[in-house]
Amino acid sequence: MIFPALWHALPGPVWARLVVLLVASALVVWVLFEFVFPWVSVTFDIQDQSVEE
Amino acid sequence: MASPTITDAAAQTRAAPRRRTNAALALLGELMLVAGSLIALYVVWQLFYTDVTADREQTQVVEGLPWAYVPSVTAAGNGSIGDPGSPGVIDLISDDEKQSPDTAPVMDEPATGTTFATFYVPRWGANYVKPISEGVTRREVLDRLGIGHYPRTGMPGAFGNFAISAHRTTYGKPFNRIVELKLGDSLVVQTKDAWYVYHVTDHYIVQPTQVEVIAPLPGSASGAPDNHYITMTTCHPMYSAAQRYVVHGVLDYWAPVGLGVPAEIVEEQG
Repeated sequence: MIFPALWHALPGPVWARLVVLLVASALVVWVLFEFVFPWVSVTFDIQDQSVEE
Repeated sequence: MASPTITDAAAQTRAAPRRRTNAALALLGELMLVAGSLIALYVVWQLFYTDVTADREQTQVVEGLPWAYVPSVTAAGNGSIGDPGSPGVIDLISDDEKQSPDTAPVMDEPATGTTFATFYVPRWGANYVKPISEGVTRREVLDRLGIGHYPRTGMPGAFGNFAISAHRTTYGKPFNRIVELKLGDSLVVQTKDAWYVYHVTDHYIVQPTQVEVIAPLPGSASGAPDNHYITMTTCHPMYSAAQRYVVHGVLDYWAPVGLGVPAEIVEEQG
């Protein structure tokens, strides 16, 4: 399925695939932390500390 | 993404219905793994990473203010005696340098996102200092710069209500220890030109819609101001948006910047 397919789609020896996956997951985490999660938190008002009407 | 393996697998699942069910279950399992990882990452981001980035930014903001007093661990000595010029000795504002609230200078309201003051709470430690910036929107101010000032409420020292808001958890959590504040505790604000020393007079919990807590006369939607108030709001309970924790204070005195620092903030209150 997704994970095996991804693994087979990557070229090169095992260590090269591992490096590519590590870099790719770091990139995904960075995009989530910097852009996606801040947007989610503000959009769905998960916490709020001000009074407003 | 397309590879011979995928098309082979797809052909096989078409051929065998049972394999198709297995494949669907495997896909479902993998999607659940991904979803679980996303939720776990979100928790890590919210509880830890926002503190890391916001603390760093707020420290840089304070250090970037040329007029702001930054307490340092080594300098907190006996400030009232010794050479004013010698390192490690802090001048304290003397009693006859303290000015009446009636004469307090009040600055104009700056543009949104502008940091115009610093905040010191001795109950939270002699090293506590956080910037106060204009606006209470989350992405521009509260999630990055720390404490925000409610637009169109009074500025520091105002006859009326200087109202500020900040996170109690995450994003540098400037108001994390708000429940520890006791009646009479000092709340100190510094602007470019003046020190303002308030003390806590009241605290309570309200609904998020009760905007009268930041009115010129706190608690009254239309009343005329009768004192120089400060109001802090933050979320309650912790990690929730259900209610708001509110602290009020009134101005004791003010003093121009340059004479020294208020004695209140040199030592931890406790």
